[in-house]
Amino acid sequence: MSDWAVETRDLVKTFGDFVAVDHVSLEVSRGEIFGFLGPNGAGKSTTIRILCGLITPTSGTAMVNGIDVAKDPERVRRNLGYMSQRFSLYDDLTVEQNIDFFAGLYGVPKLRREERKDYVLEMARLAERRSALTGSLSGGWKQRLALGCAILHDPPILFLDEPTSGVDPIVRGVFWDLIRGLAKTGHTIFVSTHYMDEAEYCNRLALMHRGKVIALGAPAELRHQASAHSLLRLDSTKPLETMRALEDVPGVVDVAVFGGGLHVTVDDAEATAERIRTKLGAAAIEIHRLEKILPSLEDVFVSMIEGEERRVA
Amino acid sequence: MSHRRIRAVFIKELHHITRDSRSLALALAMPVMMLLLYGYALSLDVDHIPTLIYDQDGTSASRDLVRQFRGSRFFDIRGFASGYEKIEHDINFSRVLMGIVIPRNFGHDLESGHGAEVQLLVDGSDSNTSSIAIGYAESIVKMYSGAVRVRNVAPPPPPAVEARMRVWYNSSLESKNYVVPGLIAVILMILAGQLTSLTIAREWEMGTMEQLLSTPLRPAEMLIGKMSAYFVVGVVDSLIALVVAVTVFAVPFRGNIVLLAISTCLFLFGVLCWGIFISAGSRTQVEAYQMGMLTTFLPGFLMSGFVFSIDTMPKVIQVISVIVPARYFVAILKSLFLKGVGLGAIWDQMVFLVIFGAFVFWQAARRLKRQKVA
Repeated sequence: MSDWAVETRDLVKTFGDFVAVDHVSLEVSRGEIFGFLGPNGAGKSTTIRILCGLITPTSGTAMVNGIDVAKDPERVRRNLGYMSQRFSLYDDLTVEQNIDFFAGLYGVPKLRREERKDYVLEMARLAERRSALTGSLSGGWKQRLALGCAILHDPPILFLDEPTSGVDPIVRGVFWDLIRGLAKTGHTIFVSTHYMDEAEYCNRLALMHRGKVIALGAPAELRHQASAHSLLRLDSTKPLETMRALEDVPGVVDVAVFGGGLHVTVDDAEATAERIRTKLGAAAIEIHRLEKILPSLEDVFVSMIEGEERRVA
Repeated sequence: MSHRRIRAVFIKELHHITRDSRSLALALAMPVMMLLLYGYALSLDVDHIPTLIYDQDGTSASRDLVRQFRGSRFFDIRGFASGYEKIEHDINFSRVLMGIVIPRNFGHDLESGHGAEVQLLVDGSDSNTSSIAIGYAESIVKMYSGAVRVRNVAPPPPPAVEARMRVWYNSSLESKNYVVPGLIAVILMILAGQLTSLTIAREWEMGTMEQLLSTPLRPAEMLIGKMSAYFVVGVVDSLIALVVAVTVFAVPFRGNIVLLAISTCLFLFGVLCWGIFISAGSRTQVEAYQMGMLTTFLPGFLMSGFVFSIDTMPKVIQVISVIVPARYFVAILKSLFLKGVGLGAIWDQMVFLVIFGAFVFWQAARRLKRQKVA
């Protein structure tokens, strides 16, 4: 048996001329929370669907829990739980009926069924609403129920495709507590998201862009990987004029508006900061704050994707 | 094949069915409504033909003839005309279907033994009804003329060959007795096809199919689970239809009830699988509904032989009708209801239903197997 929970080799999926997944090779360890990031249409969902056996790849191999997805999809499905991007439980069934249905599909033994049901109801905090129609639940409840239904058979690996899209931050926080709890008990979590704060919760991340994995590593590693340039945070009185003034300062690579201030990507932090001070002083722009900051994951990914775009072009 | 998974799907589908009380009520009321509607509307019996009399003669002989028409349940004398214009007018406005003109010398001619004539004016725009009406009128006139001849002259020479008719199985020749059993088959075909034709397309539309496909559920298990749930509804529908046929329409049931149950189940199985087959080929419920209607309604009505005899259809349609399961079920129902025959007379029809069911089940399972997200 393979050591990896999930392993792909040169996975390719094309739809006509469109390459949705372009030679993706990944390894995910057991018990890891593996984050899958990237803009919409980057190929995250397609990759997850291949791993769940919902789509047949054009070429390459995908192994889940040591089982080749192409060779024995049914055994793979017994080993995974899947939560699709779109809510996909039955709105016209009660909470309990949905749970019973999926417990039946996953073949949870009769003896364990009540115990698993109680666990899921407890985890999703739905015990009191077990007879409520699923359609009447709000987003957060539905999401937790969907997660619950995906883990009824206690699968070693969970695939969550943007599980928290469209719910408020507090609900997202509760949801991530559940995910971290599951990882602590040895479950492997393969989760896609486009929220950067969620990416910080992951043990490792893969950044996908146009079907390719363009970066792979722990969040901290990725931050350092991207630090060929340094990042300066600059707050000033006139942000727009500041931007214009910075254009011809040597050492400035890029300027972006970030919140109330600017993020300035530079080559040599110390020297360039000095040049910026001089230049803005001459232009009579007052600087409130100018300091070197650690790039956020978002900065890292934006610069990586831009770098990739430049490379391709 | 896991019976646990089949059971899960079966129970889940039953929840869907009972939750949607409006659709359920409709599914149960449908057979009654359709039987009543078509059972009465599709009456092929012609009686109470609205008729106008133009009696130019006004003798006791002519009044005698009129009395014959009046006494028949096939004719309904709507009045007397005093000229051809009135008959023409009433036929044009569809107030009457037939005008009977008794000429001036009718009584006299009859008396003298020259042979009298009666003119029948018929609205031929409804050719079927009018030809039946002519037949009835002719037989009344013939009977009357026979009676006159016996009274007046000598006994008639016996005809060389005389056809002595006896109608078996539906001796009163009431069309409902043969329309209603066939209608049950047609209604069940439409209904059963309808029940399952939405079931897979709905999963796609709701986005739940993706979840199902990520579970160990196998296509055949999904098929059997879903089919079984709608089978229950189909059986209830069949019972309702049978009860309405026997009670409301008083159609005699002369056959074996076990044979009826078995063949109904075989038929339901095939058509329910057909519905799933259709559904698995559609991604939207609208598309599935239209395909379901198209492939059950038209063949059910036109190619099952329940009213329109298949033997008189063009060869092409006859060939196509071979694969219409309703055709075989219609034959079985008519045999069981009216003829009361045993297995010996219907086994070949039942064998076809088995073949149809098995084939469609296989094809539906194959289609379900090919279901992929993208």
